[in-house]
Amino acid sequence: MTADPAVSQDPRDELVTHLGPMRAFALSLTRNGAEADDLVQESLVKAWKNIESFQSGTNMQAWLFTILRNTFYSIRRKRSREVADPDGIVAGQMSVKPAHDGRLQLAEFLDAFAQLPVEQREALALVGASGFSYEEAANMCGVAVGTIKSRANRGRARLVELLHPGETGYADMTDRVTAAIVNAGAQGRLSA
Amino acid sequence: MHNEQPSSALEDQIADNLRRAFQERASEKVPDRFLDLLRQLRTQDETHHDS
Repeated sequence: MTADPAVSQDPRDELVTHLGPMRAFALSLTRNGAEADDLVQESLVKAWKNIESFQSGTNMQAWLFTILRNTFYSIRRKRSREVADPDGIVAGQMSVKPAHDGRLQLAEFLDAFAQLPVEQREALALVGASGFSYEEAANMCGVAVGTIKSRANRGRARLVELLHPGETGYADMTDRVTAAIVNAGAQGRLSA
Repeated sequence: MHNEQPSSALEDQIADNLRRAFQERASEKVPDRFLDLLRQLRTQDETHHDS
């Protein structure tokens, strides 16, 4: 009665259900919508042609993300021979147009996220955003678990620095205005 | 180790934003080019099998 359609089907039929997450992961690597979609397209073709290497019953999203990141880094290596610094130029392009407070906050967040080095963006996209375990992410990136952990931690710490400057000492301070007032008050004491 | 860690409220907020940013993109309508591509790949395969 509860037959799992994913098991009985051609695994290629399942590809379509992973397009959304693939686009999100690609965007966190490229920080540019058009580039991200080109990356998804190339990865999709690779996945289709190498579908035999997918082991049914395993996590298809992990498999696809691995293909996607490998494709990203190989394109990047090729490009870095042509461009001196492929990173850091497009920072900020990821941001979305702010419509209301929630979106503004998100746009600000994306701006900060785009400033992180690619290894940290990757670690956070896998562990923080997609819900992979550190072990899974380490497998997908071909590095040690400790490496993924430290990349994610450094990324988080940097985001806190960028988004909440001077706020790290105030544990329950989520309102920036309140924090600004407190900081202004604290300044007098600090300089004394 | 503990004193270098950012406060948990800020960490939660960042984790939240991360998931939200990802979810937003992931749940966008998939552009037709990808569905077309999948159809094209399927057709190619079928043509190869027939010949």
